[in-house]
Amino acid sequence: MFESLSDKLQGALDGLKGQGKLTDKDVERAAREIRLALLEADVNFKVVKQFVDKVKERAMGAEVLESLTPVQQFVKIVNEELTAIMGSASTKLTFSPRPPTIIMMVGLQGSGKTTACGKLAKFLISEGKSPAMVAGDVYRPAAIDQLKTLGESLNVPVYDEGDKADPVDIAKHGVEWARQKGRDVLIIDTAGRLHIDEKLMDEIHHIRNTVKPHNILLVLDAMTGQDAVNVALQFQEKVQFDGVILTKMDGDARGGAALSVRAVTGKPIKFASSGEKLDNFEYFHPDRVASRILGMGDVLSLIEKAEKTIDQKKARELEQRLRKSTFTFDDFLDQIQQVRKMGSISSLLGMIPGIPSAKLKGLQVDDKAFDKIQAVIQSMTPEERRHPEIINGSRRKRIAAGAGSDIHQVNQLLNQFKQVQKMMKQLGSGRMPKNPFQMFGNPS
Amino acid sequence: MSHNWSDVFIGVEGRTIPDPVDVEQQKRGGWLAQLRDGLAKSRKALQQQFASVMFDRFDDDLWEKIEEALIYADVGIDTTVSIVEKLEAEADSGAIKDSTGLVTRLREVTAEHFCQDDRRIDVAHTPAVILMVGVNGTGKTTTIGKIAWHLKQLGKEPLLVAGDTFRAAAVEQLSEWGSRVGCEVVKHERGGDPAAVVYDGIAAAEARKADVVIIDTAGRLHTQVNLMKELEKVARVIKKRIPEAPHEVLLTIDATTGQNGLIQARMFKEAVDITGVVLTKMDGTAKGGIALAVSHELDVPIKLIGTGEKLESLQPFDPAEFALELFGESLGRS
Repeated sequence: MFESLSDKLQGALDGLKGQGKLTDKDVERAAREIRLALLEADVNFKVVKQFVDKVKERAMGAEVLESLTPVQQFVKIVNEELTAIMGSASTKLTFSPRPPTIIMMVGLQGSGKTTACGKLAKFLISEGKSPAMVAGDVYRPAAIDQLKTLGESLNVPVYDEGDKADPVDIAKHGVEWARQKGRDVLIIDTAGRLHIDEKLMDEIHHIRNTVKPHNILLVLDAMTGQDAVNVALQFQEKVQFDGVILTKMDGDARGGAALSVRAVTGKPIKFASSGEKLDNFEYFHPDRVASRILGMGDVLSLIEKAEKTIDQKKARELEQRLRKSTFTFDDFLDQIQQVRKMGSISSLLGMIPGIPSAKLKGLQVDDKAFDKIQAVIQSMTPEERRHPEIINGSRRKRIAAGAGSDIHQVNQLLNQFKQVQKMMKQLGSGRMPKNPFQMFGNPS
Repeated sequence: MSHNWSDVFIGVEGRTIPDPVDVEQQKRGGWLAQLRDGLAKSRKALQQQFASVMFDRFDDDLWEKIEEALIYADVGIDTTVSIVEKLEAEADSGAIKDSTGLVTRLREVTAEHFCQDDRRIDVAHTPAVILMVGVNGTGKTTTIGKIAWHLKQLGKEPLLVAGDTFRAAAVEQLSEWGSRVGCEVVKHERGGDPAAVVYDGIAAAEARKADVVIIDTAGRLHTQVNLMKELEKVARVIKKRIPEAPHEVLLTIDATTGQNGLIQARMFKEAVDITGVVLTKMDGTAKGGIALAVSHELDVPIKLIGTGEKLESLQPFDPAEFALELFGESLGRS
């Protein structure tokens, strides 16, 4: 749907390869793209302004690291600034030394509070807690039923007083009830309310003052637009929430609201919730959302990983050998191992921008296939690895037995290798990519 | 202000529904009165703002301010650019001469960017079938309650179908609305096949001579391929019984939604060919500008706006009013 930001930046900074510094003009052009990308991602326009100014200031005249292209260098700065706003580590809940720890959920209608209650309960169970829930939404038809149904499916007790009671009383009684039942965490569901609805905002303010929750979590839809800032500020003023649960993260919204809320309230995003199944709930990783907002995949971590992992010297030797067309099974094995050091192939694919995660779901990359290839190569003698042409029928049989494989697979690998060798010969006569990793799609 | 709701529905005899008297609202002067007050204030602010920034001169600062107002309202970049370019062209050609002219044209051009198709809801069939779709939490079930209530006030007999068999207590929620409105609700057990409930619902409507069948569906993200396929199946099942149905497929969009709303609408349009949008939760501070982007870029009319949780909190959509409200405080403030 969106042209990926890396492509746009690429266009804006085209022809810069080989330059040692980002010039003011480059930065202006790139900053414009960043500004548009952030606005498309629903980051509040005032936050965008401040952010882009800051990035510009840092990027003007910045040195471009030798191993990066200007685009990558710029993205690196953007990402660092984004991460600086979002915070670098996920922040956990506060648990009271005197149970029950009280967690109150607040938010607009339809942001997913009740579902989030169920998910949080399940999450807490997996952390060894014994949660209970309070049905404090007396306004929305059947909200109480919804929480009770969730409670039943999780085997978590739910306290309710029907829909005629006062939510402040319900919460107060709920805490007493949880204490008597010996539950160590109590999650209070509240009705969805508009941040400008004074009566209802006063109501949660009262609940807050009455039960004094240890954690107040604002439930925020990841699809929220510019208004997220108003919502967050109003809830902050009335209840001083401690953190945010970002919901509906399984959609394709960029979630720029997370950045806005963090920037204007300083409150961390604590959890990310996706899907309607109760186990799709986890601590929020600020660094991940930074690249999601920008639509960059995890291109940066890919860059970093590649820098760290690939041994530059080995890569150069390989290049030399390729040029001389003496690509052997040893090189092949080496290359596989280099790439695998960076993680599983499927996770690497997920990091490459331009491949939407939805498409990856259908695509099964079998990491075991690489294990088999490795086993076959390792069953060859050094002589065989250097001169694959000597591998005859009986050698094939031996190799297959050694690798716990069959002759068919050995043949297949030999054929593939021949093709790779041929390809390398052709490449060897021309220009080779600086490192073998580039063959896997590093967009430099 | 009471609307002539027979103008809102095709196939309904002339009758008005008086806006109910709400004590709470009367104290505050009523929602619409409040809106009008606010609008008057912001109109003034808007003009003052313009007068002060430009002295009858249109410079980049001014266009940027307008752009920001649109972006701030979630209108999105493409539609914003389209509006501002048109105004700039008119200013260059001399068609817009002063700040008053600009304010007027700004509102007109914005209103013109909405799809101009018929905004009425077609219930001139027996039974008429309305299918409600949308992502989770956008207000489908609540909107159904409101539409049903209005139809009932206009002398139509609605029947509700609990097609959300997935979310915990969704059936109960719709049943509650049914009893508030005083109409029948066809439902199955939770976890059942939505297509089967829908089939039974239409059969029941035909047997009982209901006028309008309103079908609730589970909230789904447009990225969930299987659920979107399920929606297509529901539409097919409806057609099996009534080939020209559903007569209306209404998509609910939450006014607080950002740019993702456009993608949502596009995917729903592809799957079930939506005939209109209901913009919900317009009683908050969100401007709902995403509706403009959706209407403009996908050529779908916005038909209704939701303004609260009460049965009567539903309004026919008016592009001119919307444009007025859109530029409320955002230009006057900064």
